[in-house]
Amino acid sequence: MIDPIFLAEAAVNGVLLGGVLALLALGLNLIFGVIDIVWIAYVDLVMLCMYLVYFLVQVYGWPVWAGGLAAVALGAALGIAVHLLIISPILGSAPINQLLATGGLLFFLQSFATFLWTTDHRSVRLSLPSYDLGGIFLPLTRVIPFAISILALVALYLFLTRTFVGTAIRAVSQDREAMGLMGANPHRIYLVTSAVGGLMAGLAGALLIFLYSVHPFFGGQLGPLTFMICVLGGLGNMVGAFVASFIMSEIISIAGVLWSTEMGYVIAFVVFIVMIFVRPGGILARRG
Amino acid sequence: MRRALVPVLAALLALAPLVPMAGMKQYVLHVMIQILIWSFIGGAWSLMGRFGLVSLGHGAFLGLGAYATVLLWNFWAWSPWLGGAVAVVLTAILAAVVAYPCSRFQVVGHYFGLVTLAVGEVIRLLIIAERDWTGGSLGVSLKPVGSDSLWALQFADKRVFYYGALALWLAGLWVWHRVDRSMARSAMEAIGEDETAAASVGIHVTRFKIAITVLSAALTAVGGVAYAQYIAYVNPDTLAGIGVSLRIVFAVVLGGMYSLLGPAVGAALTIALSEWLRIAFGLKLIGMAETIYGFLLVVFIIFLPAGIVGSAGGLLRGGARYGPPHPPDARRAPA
Amino acid sequence: MSLLELTGVTTGYGHFTALWDVGLRVERGEAVAVVGPNGAGKTTLLRVISGVLPVRAGTLTFDGAALAGRPAHEVVAHGIAHVPEGRRLFPTLTVADNLKMGAYLGRARKHYAETLARVYALFPVLAERRTQRAGSLSGGEQQMLAIGRALMSRPRLILLDEPSMGLAPVMVLRLFDLIRRVREEGYTILVVEQNVRQVLKLVDRAYLLEVGRIKMEGRAAELNDQDFVRKAYVGL
Repeated sequence: MIDPIFLAEAAVNGVLLGGVLALLALGLNLIFGVIDIVWIAYVDLVMLCMYLVYFLVQVYGWPVWAGGLAAVALGAALGIAVHLLIISPILGSAPINQLLATGGLLFFLQSFATFLWTTDHRSVRLSLPSYDLGGIFLPLTRVIPFAISILALVALYLFLTRTFVGTAIRAVSQDREAMGLMGANPHRIYLVTSAVGGLMAGLAGALLIFLYSVHPFFGGQLGPLTFMICVLGGLGNMVGAFVASFIMSEIISIAGVLWSTEMGYVIAFVVFIVMIFVRPGGILARRG
Repeated sequence: MRRALVPVLAALLALAPLVPMAGMKQYVLHVMIQILIWSFIGGAWSLMGRFGLVSLGHGAFLGLGAYATVLLWNFWAWSPWLGGAVAVVLTAILAAVVAYPCSRFQVVGHYFGLVTLAVGEVIRLLIIAERDWTGGSLGVSLKPVGSDSLWALQFADKRVFYYGALALWLAGLWVWHRVDRSMARSAMEAIGEDETAAASVGIHVTRFKIAITVLSAALTAVGGVAYAQYIAYVNPDTLAGIGVSLRIVFAVVLGGMYSLLGPAVGAALTIALSEWLRIAFGLKLIGMAETIYGFLLVVFIIFLPAGIVGSAGGLLRGGARYGPPHPPDARRAPA
Repeated sequence: MSLLELTGVTTGYGHFTALWDVGLRVERGEAVAVVGPNGAGKTTLLRVISGVLPVRAGTLTFDGAALAGRPAHEVVAHGIAHVPEGRRLFPTLTVADNLKMGAYLGRARKHYAETLARVYALFPVLAERRTQRAGSLSGGEQQMLAIGRALMSRPRLILLDEPSMGLAPVMVLRLFDLIRRVREEGYTILVVEQNVRQVLKLVDRAYLLEVGRIKMEGRAAELNDQDFVRKAYVGL
């Protein structure tokens, strides 16, 4: 029998991980919802940003905040580059080609990272205090990334609801042609969306490097999970993706304590498969 | 002329092992066996793919076929003939379990791709999690019998595998051809275009989709069995999961999804490319070969959207004979 | 010089030609209708003017500027607002956000608050429902929102595609009253409509479009006879 305190701790860890996952899921969901393309290599962009923070902070001794900001900038730049170099030329192609092009990017990024930095696992460890909350261990190295994630999500929410461009991004995801009739150049909207999506990936990378060690195949497990969260939440449904992030992270966290990490992912994926049949429009979709 | 292409090609391939190739013979045969097996698997994938059922989880079927056969042999000494049959049946059941709700609830497009991707990940992670049986991420070797044995499907001579793989590939082409010629084709194409319309003219959409998915998965499992017997080693990353699933799709799309020999052309090209890069770089610059491979895949997808056979066919005919009946995302023009 | 002038415009979809050699003009301050039976190419005509469909042959000038070949988002910048068939609102966005998108362009964005006040004054019901989702409005309210959204871009020409489509008869009358008020504000309107009798009361001039060709043109008062109306409905 497992001590309930371990389960409680797993649940808390699930919440803390959920924040960063939500960052990833919402970034991908934005691109998915607006441009209608799955960036299979999305989490591999995160991997590059993690390496950047590792090198800047651990090797060149930059302060943590500066390394993080650099990663965010790199993420946005990568988002723009992926859109201009890969997505833009094939916007009119069959969906399978679009998917495969980013799939090729996945092979490219993973192997290039292997070539540059070998398959060694690298991590940045900060020595920050931990709190003990009635037996539950609460390290600041996890609490701070969670808090930053939530702040970033609030900022994303304000951007999408309060600004002209943000509202236009939501409008394009509903009716591309009608937004053209409003005078918006869809390609510019796509570019902004890709930049914002990349920026979220950069921020997620800047936070994840303090939680996990990075290696060229880092995207392998988190990548599929991120797609599942997007679909589970409902395509283009930001609130749904947010809720789904926490559901998935709780499943992985708790099942990870009860059985093993792999079984945690297996259960999360099975839940996803079942949910897509039960609620195809996402967990928050109204039926009918 | 096209009718003669396959028999001529088969005859040439059948003669290949008789050609003296100096010291390269074993290696050339090895590459060709792999090309034939992956062509077969690609052909199995394209049975579904060409009808708009884009699976990103064929690694699951491949891995299940390969692992079940190897484990049944290693632990209970079931002959791969029997174990393989069991593995194919298991895979067919898995495919039906996935395909039924997918067709029933009209899970299509991106959603279908992501469901199959999740299935692929589930199988890969289960293989890793059950390490006592499967060896986890280190993989497991086929227990050798030490001599040539038809019962154990183990042979020292590569030529046996070569002819076996050739026969398998031809059988795969025959199945592809049968599906192509049968009623199912027009039905499935109608489904690929417009499901509601297809259903309204009395096509049993659900039944067709399940049938073609099960067939495709079962053949993929056969390919997995063949590959495992030949390589005599299985590993979750090379036989299950998103990496191998994507490689299958790549080869097919690169070759041309809508033509008989497309998957073979794609498999030959991708395998030849990765072998060539592997040899060119050897143990120097680890990762560089795969980097170039990934880069070229992106370039091919961008510049040859209809695949090699598709693009060549289109150029020769001055039209897109080997394309889907209509671009999948073409909206009907309003009046 | 006319505000909008089309000469010899031909367009279509794929191998199908939907408009043949169409000539049409709209003067400043004028209201013009294009009527014709179903499938005559009325919607296509508006789509080609707003740049959604490319011009295959002929010229299209707006206030002296050649617009043929310009994409939709550039045409809007010249001052043409298109209220498309079926309204094409952003259903999960609020009424206010839909109007905001109408003012997306730089020029309109600068005068956003001012234009919004004018639109709310014209359509008070939109002000009442400003926080509701566009998809939750009634058909008539949705049409008002679509027109209001078009006005938000401060256009010099408004293209209206079948504004009465799908509305109850009572609502149709109210809507035409509202369009008349929009006219009185000084906007130039080109409207495509099935409801020939109503629309002829609204406009100055009208064109009859049949199977992709202009068949007749004249002042609204002169055209309002049995023969023309029958042709406009059934194309005989």
